[in-house]
Amino acid sequence: MAKKKLNPKQEKYQQKVKKYESKPALFKNAFQAFVSGGLVCLIGQGFIDFYAAVMNLPKKEASNPAVATMILIGALLTAFGVFDKLAAYAGAGLSVPVTGFANSVVSAGLEFKEEGLVQGVGAKIFSLAGPVITFGVVTAFFVGLIHALIR
Amino acid sequence: MGKKAGKQTFEISNPPTIISTGTVAGPFEGQGPLASDLDVIVSDIRDGQTTYEQGERSMLTKACRLALDHASHSISEVDLFLAGDLLNQIISSSFTAATLGLPYLGLYGACSAMAEGLGLGAMILDGGFVGSVLVATSSHNSATERQYRYPTEYGGQRRPYQQWTVTGAGAALLGYTGSGPRITAVTVGKVIDMGCKDPLNMGAAMAPAAADTIAAYFSDTKSDPSSLDLIFTGDLGEVGLNLCREELAEAGIELGDKLHDCGLMIYDRTKQDVHAGGSGCAASALVFLGHVYKGLQKKEMNRVLLIGTGSLHSPTSYMQGENIPCIAHAVRIERG
Repeated sequence: MAKKKLNPKQEKYQQKVKKYESKPALFKNAFQAFVSGGLVCLIGQGFIDFYAAVMNLPKKEASNPAVATMILIGALLTAFGVFDKLAAYAGAGLSVPVTGFANSVVSAGLEFKEEGLVQGVGAKIFSLAGPVITFGVVTAFFVGLIHALIR
Repeated sequence: MGKKAGKQTFEISNPPTIISTGTVAGPFEGQGPLASDLDVIVSDIRDGQTTYEQGERSMLTKACRLALDHASHSISEVDLFLAGDLLNQIISSSFTAATLGLPYLGLYGACSAMAEGLGLGAMILDGGFVGSVLVATSSHNSATERQYRYPTEYGGQRRPYQQWTVTGAGAALLGYTGSGPRITAVTVGKVIDMGCKDPLNMGAAMAPAAADTIAAYFSDTKSDPSSLDLIFTGDLGEVGLNLCREELAEAGIELGDKLHDCGLMIYDRTKQDVHAGGSGCAASALVFLGHVYKGLQKKEMNRVLLIGTGSLHSPTSYMQGENIPCIAHAVRIERG
């Protein structure tokens, strides 16, 4: 990104802009995210316990179907147009857990279906989630490398 | 060259009349306080079409036909069609021009399209080149969101200073019949860059352009705010309007309660969750061609200034770290 220096007039105006840009209600948003994020995790934990009991799995393996279920719920809520309304309230409480990932993929898929399966859905479905995947893989590579070297 | 006043203003010597207007608004705008001043409120955001883009076009075409119907004008009597919108390559305007089959000049001034079109139309009519001009613009919340920002179903929290793109379309028929409001002066804006980079805070980016054009209008016409009843900016929203006021005050221009913003008028912000107010080409089109036009006809006001404000960035330019350049055009309209 090109960083152009502001001239003094622009600098002065930017100070004024800061004065009128009301800040998001940090404490309220954080509290709502804490409660709703906790709720999402509670539901997730419920599914882990459920799969562990019903499918007779060890807890660690039961988390796989539980995550898949949470993704499915996130995807369905997006498809029914409810997710964005819940997220407007919950913020990071919904977007940080796996439900947020589901939403970013499904919302892009839905949005671009009008441009066709290949150039629309196929090309654009990861337009929001793409960076997460790219940098997740890159980070995993370096962590793996460091792990191998240290051992 | 007697028409040019000062550096940026053109006094229209043979002022054309806004013969009629047509306004079409989306369902959410239909819940706003100005709904009764609008001609048609569609119940479906796609207006019965398959895509948002087609929906926007459908509303734009309807607005054009309404304007013509209100004047009992047939389409063959229109000499020129001027239109602009926000979608890439102004597809809403051009595709509508194809449907209407009129000689067409496409405009791009982002959300300033309505004022730009009215001003340009008045100048072309005053030049004697044509006898009637149809001016139109449109914007669509979902179509612009997906182009500029995020998919519509993406669950991100909006910033308190963000604005809500208005869904709707407006058209005005200009000519020399009837006794409606007249366009008497045009101030063409300069592109102003005050170093704003945040595409979510368009009001702050556009405010200096609006202030610059308003100041130019007063200095070019050697007049002061007492010569106008009301002044309407296009879509500055709350943050932008406050900043515009402050910029003007620094230039020694106090507008007090004469200054209003179409983006703030179209929604009821206590009931509609639009944060800093409305934006988009349709904000000024609906408020001006619906509400203000009727006010002029009912003689509630005599002389008003409309300042269309537009942000001239693209998704590419801001992702490459460029500032957001903005423009504002002013048109003075007087009761017929």
